[in-house]
Amino acid sequence: MPSEFTVRVNGDSIVVPVGSTVAVAIAIAGRPCRTSVTGEPRGPLCGMGICFECRAVVDGIPHSRTCQILCEPNMEVSTDE
Amino acid sequence: MSKYSREQFDVLVVGGGPAGIAAAVRATETGARVGIVDENMAPGGQIWRSGPSEGKHSSEASSWLERLKASGVLQLCGKRVLHQPDAGVLMAEGLDDVYELSYESLVLATGARERFLPFPGWTLPNVMGAGGLQAMVKSGLPIRGKRVVIAGTGPLLHAVASHLRKQGAEIPMICEQAPWNKLARFAAALIRYPGKIVQSFTLRKEIAGIPLATSSWPLAAYGDQRLERVTISHAGKSEMIHCDYLACGFHLVPNTELPVLLGCRLRNGYVQVNDFQQTTVDKIFCAGEPTGIGGIDLALVEGQIAGLAATGKLTVARDWFSQRDKFRRFARLLDMTFCLRSELRGLPSPETLICRCEDVAYSRLREHTSWRAAKLHTRCGMGPCQGRICGPATQFLFKWAPDSVRPPVFPARVEDLAVHPQPTPQATGEPECTGDASRQ
Amino acid sequence: MSKESYDVVIVGAGIVGAACADVFAQRGFRVVVVDRDVVGSGATAAGMGHIVVMDDSDAQFALTRYSQRLWQELRQQLPDDVEYDQSGTIWVAADEEEMVEVLRKRDYYQQRGLAVEVIDAHQLYDAEPNLREGLAGGLLVPQDAVLYPPCAARFLIGRAQQRGARLRLGASVTQISEACVRLNDGEEIRADIVVNAVGANAAALTPGIDIKKRKGHLVITDRYPGFLRHQLVELGYLKSAHSVSRDSVAFNVQPRRTGQILIGSSRQYGAEHKEVDQTMLANMVLRAQEYMPALGTMSAVRVWTGFRAATPDKLPLIGPCPGYKSVFLATGHEGLGITTSLGTARILVDQVTGGNPEIAVEPYLPTRTVKEHTHA
Repeated sequence: MPSEFTVRVNGDSIVVPVGSTVAVAIAIAGRPCRTSVTGEPRGPLCGMGICFECRAVVDGIPHSRTCQILCEPNMEVSTDE
Repeated sequence: MSKYSREQFDVLVVGGGPAGIAAAVRATETGARVGIVDENMAPGGQIWRSGPSEGKHSSEASSWLERLKASGVLQLCGKRVLHQPDAGVLMAEGLDDVYELSYESLVLATGARERFLPFPGWTLPNVMGAGGLQAMVKSGLPIRGKRVVIAGTGPLLHAVASHLRKQGAEIPMICEQAPWNKLARFAAALIRYPGKIVQSFTLRKEIAGIPLATSSWPLAAYGDQRLERVTISHAGKSEMIHCDYLACGFHLVPNTELPVLLGCRLRNGYVQVNDFQQTTVDKIFCAGEPTGIGGIDLALVEGQIAGLAATGKLTVARDWFSQRDKFRRFARLLDMTFCLRSELRGLPSPETLICRCEDVAYSRLREHTSWRAAKLHTRCGMGPCQGRICGPATQFLFKWAPDSVRPPVFPARVEDLAVHPQPTPQATGEPECTGDASRQ
Repeated sequence: MSKESYDVVIVGAGIVGAACADVFAQRGFRVVVVDRDVVGSGATAAGMGHIVVMDDSDAQFALTRYSQRLWQELRQQLPDDVEYDQSGTIWVAADEEEMVEVLRKRDYYQQRGLAVEVIDAHQLYDAEPNLREGLAGGLLVPQDAVLYPPCAARFLIGRAQQRGARLRLGASVTQISEACVRLNDGEEIRADIVVNAVGANAAALTPGIDIKKRKGHLVITDRYPGFLRHQLVELGYLKSAHSVSRDSVAFNVQPRRTGQILIGSSRQYGAEHKEVDQTMLANMVLRAQEYMPALGTMSAVRVWTGFRAATPDKLPLIGPCPGYKSVFLATGHEGLGITTSLGTARILVDQVTGGNPEIAVEPYLPTRTVKEHTHA
């Protein structure tokens, strides 16, 4: 059983430990999760799925709260760029 | 298309933290069919959260989690309760499924969330809540060798400092806004309360080498695309600290949205309950933080009382009253120690964003005299967080009272709003703008 | 307590009251506006903010077209938070029967000088790719627009205040009498003219007028920019024989400038409480998904209800209130309050000043509905 695997964040391959959330993958990739309505970069704030700052597109689904989603191998994540 | 399921329970517990687990475990003792529904992927709530970098649970947590597993309670993890489509029915949503959950009695153990107060730069990536950063680290965020400033208020700061330290973070300072004399009284009183969360709280000038500044708070966070440094206020002076993360939270606020939606009355912002943890709505009980922020020990006792009372075991429930009294004294001590000082109202500058979902700045909010007016005219609180972040902040900054709660209490998939009742063919009517279908 | 004297007191700071305040102030009247809540907090806050020309009757067309023009003239001055957006409306025809109605509407509008365009299925999907397959086409009305009503009301009140109008918020009016309104704390405000612009509860203050509450539901989603470009309204109601008196839903969606989608609409008769009615909500959502399946997986951030003020003939009451000398009505706008607020204000003020209204006012006069004294 591997202890880590790869997901793709904005096209880049990112290695994450098993049990990591997508928000962590985005952080490891060094990206903010989203851009606010006035253009600010934003990342997770509350860590518990209520602030909505960690939203990104996960496997095609927009507005996914990445701190609540576990990474799976070959997941495709894209952030507002 | 959400996969649809239905479940029926004698007792449904909403919230899988200590209070919910205790309620569910005790409720099964009469043989009642009990379910527990929680939005996290495993039970434990925020305080007993597990993840790839988390070591073992405390023995108390393990014991309760074992009891939950052994009890036969049906666990619905990763599902969030969104609204009540009918009396005695709650709708809960997961990533790709939706549940209708029917119940005879309901125990609401919805817990608490951190309070965030705005200050310049607080929206920069890598400024997080104290519990927020801890949750991220437990979920795999690498923290070894990173510099983390911890700020705000509450015993959570020390618990987080301790935990992050063990994971290899470098912590230049803990900035606690409470004054030294209050913290000293708190520490002295702690002998009476051997709870786990406070064991890590010791009032020395340093905690395992971490400097503790009291009467101290963040002034501003700086950085280009992410946090690079913070300035903090300490001993009347401003001090700059370079750091990778700022873990900043101002204690906890109760998650009362679902109780209010269901008609439970609040008192002083907390769910009003009687001795048996029953709310003002028949057959709805509430336990843990929503009735008053009091930590794990109080949550466990209230949860047990609620689970017992919901299944009619009032005599057994009474056995726990004196324990509850003791831990309620601790809750009052928490309130008194960590109440917010008025200087914190001066933290935001006119440009500081208060509502992060809709990017509404402090200067725009100041013109309004109520939460309702501000919402309508600036859209503050109208974003997906539904005011969970900006609401407590504006309540503190402006003394605005919150207004009513509407369903869904959390954003829901549009299709899941229609799961109940089972649809019947419906006449199609006039469009919004007044068509007259009976045209001559 | 102010002992100011006013020429006109307007009860209700919704879009209609605000528009009236604006015009009265422009014409030199000393105005006070009274509301029990905040500006634009009733149906103004709850509705869709759709500026739409309608053709159910010549009178409805005249008022909506007049008002739409007034909004277009005003648009340059509207601040950004009013979010005025000329996104246009497409009346969607699901089948050939509904296309016949499209042609009828086209003729009606074109004869009256409104530029509209019949679009076929192909053009419909070009315009709105997220509609389901199998629809027949529609009618595009490019001059229709959307805006955010509470901020529009605030803008209009603000203009009136710049001209000296006063605003009393948090003051509930308990009684209207000749040249006087009484507040819940006992204070009386006197003015030569009283305007009842209260909306759904108007009959409580001027009893005997036939205004009934018609409850509606709306859902707003998170931001999905580019998903929807026009306000879309179905023509399916034509098939319902009894929808005039039965609770009903219709497909009606609106793109907000934020990229959020507003999903409506519903109509209920006799519902008094403001709680969300799950049956109506469920049916409304299902109807919307029938036309735009992709709505189903979108994130719904809020659901709310509101009460429209409905009259039996679907035209508002604008003019002298029967049984009073100094009291006027500006209410009963049903789903067209935002659209017709500007026109309402003009023709009301024209009636008060004896000026020349730009459209005939007879169809909207409250005296048309004078009932027998015994008929409640």
